[in-house]
Amino acid sequence: MSGEANVRTLTVDGEEISARADQTILEAAREHNVGIPTLCHLEGLSEVGACRLCLVEVKGARRLLPACVTRVEEGMEVTTHSPKIDRYRTMILELFFAERNHICSICVANGNCELQSLALTLGMTHVEIPYQYPQLPVDASHPRFTVDHNRCVLCTRCVRVCSEIEGANTWGVMGRGAQSLVITDLKEPWGDSETCTSCGKCVQVCPTGALFEKSSVGSKVRKHPEFLPYLRIMREEDQA
Amino acid sequence: MSEVKTLATVWLDGCSGCHMSLLDLDERLIELSSQFQLVYSPLVDRKTFPDRVDVTLVEGAVASVDDLKKIRKIREHTRVLVSLGDCALTGNVSAMRNTVGVQPVLFRVYEENVLQKQIPTIGVPALLDRVCPVHEVVPVDVFVPGCPPSADTIYQVLSELLAGRVPSLGGVAHFG
Ligand code: SF4
Ligand code: SF4
Ligand code: SF4
Ligand code: FES
Repeated sequence: MSGEANVRTLTVDGEEISARADQTILEAAREHNVGIPTLCHLEGLSEVGACRLCLVEVKGARRLLPACVTRVEEGMEVTTHSPKIDRYRTMILELFFAERNHICSICVANGNCELQSLALTLGMTHVEIPYQYPQLPVDASHPRFTVDHNRCVLCTRCVRVCSEIEGANTWGVMGRGAQSLVITDLKEPWGDSETCTSCGKCVQVCPTGALFEKSSVGSKVRKHPEFLPYLRIMREEDQA
Repeated sequence: MSEVKTLATVWLDGCSGCHMSLLDLDERLIELSSQFQLVYSPLVDRKTFPDRVDVTLVEGAVASVDDLKKIRKIREHTRVLVSLGDCALTGNVSAMRNTVGVQPVLFRVYEENVLQKQIPTIGVPALLDRVCPVHEVVPVDVFVPGCPPSADTIYQVLSELLAGRVPSLGGVAHFG
């Protein structure tokens, strides 16, 4: 394929941009400094299109499309912000808050949480959907880490980093819909896991207070999910 | 919006932190208070809620039959109702008991491992089965997130209201 055939021209919020044919709308937009909110997406991991926060309007499409898993196409007309899109995004955020128990004031991630800051940047000041108050477990059996399901948004970043980067495959997802839980091994306590190497990558990529390092409680330690792309590059160089 | 002359504040199921944050306005409170009259509040003496109040700030979630009665009456007599802080807005810590229900909590506190077991019923309002954010019970006009909202945020809210505008805190203040 020639270089030219690999390039696609599209408009994002009225601006004409060009992108590589293999890029997603999200990648192309971010390269041109167009902000699209995301939660399950993390640079360095595969895309799953789970959270739907990145929904955008594509002219001619009957539904809103998730920008992180939709490839650019020639002549595409993308809108990333509109009252309709904002309404959807706020509704999705409200669902996250209503489905589990998010009590920011006493959460280990308070002030350092992607869900909390999305609520701020998307202007969500309260939740209209009735809170569910489910009873959910906390597993503190691992010597260094804890998983608190009350704060999990089921983004599966932990599942992906553990499998795609660490290769340990400790995390999985059990159940369906709002009843799903992330589990370690065959739903054994994390501390008993035979596969976990205690590398801590899942903790670093978790966007919320669901996974945290015990030693960091109360100390406002920031997580560092931005290490992933570098780790990937280093791996690839190693293998070359 | 017409002029704001009277202000009330109420304290439902919260820790009083939002009221402390209000007092944290320090000298700005004096500046603002020349523009309105504080007609009802835990900070003043009056025992009954006035007939007509321009702005009422509500701290705390709705957790007892008493809270429920109060907030309904307050809504009826208030022009602009402001949910102040996470307890009013989300239920926050007050609502943590909702995951287990009210009976197990009462049992834990007043019966389990207690010598004189008795759940208090006299002189205290009955607890609701489920703690609710204020807007689940009555319509709310302004939502102010924060646990507690900072003095700066409260200053911004009050200044806007006094200038005759209904503020929106979207993008300004977050939960927690
Ligand atoms: S995980 Fe984030 S949104 Fe949830 S309670 Fe903790 S800080 Fe708040
Ligand atoms: S600590 Fe490492 S190996 Fe263990 S579950 Fe997390 S990512 Fe997987
Ligand atoms: S534990 Fe954290 S990383 Fe894993 S699915 Fe839940 S929110 Fe996402
Ligand atoms: S970021 Fe696209 S669906 Fe989550």
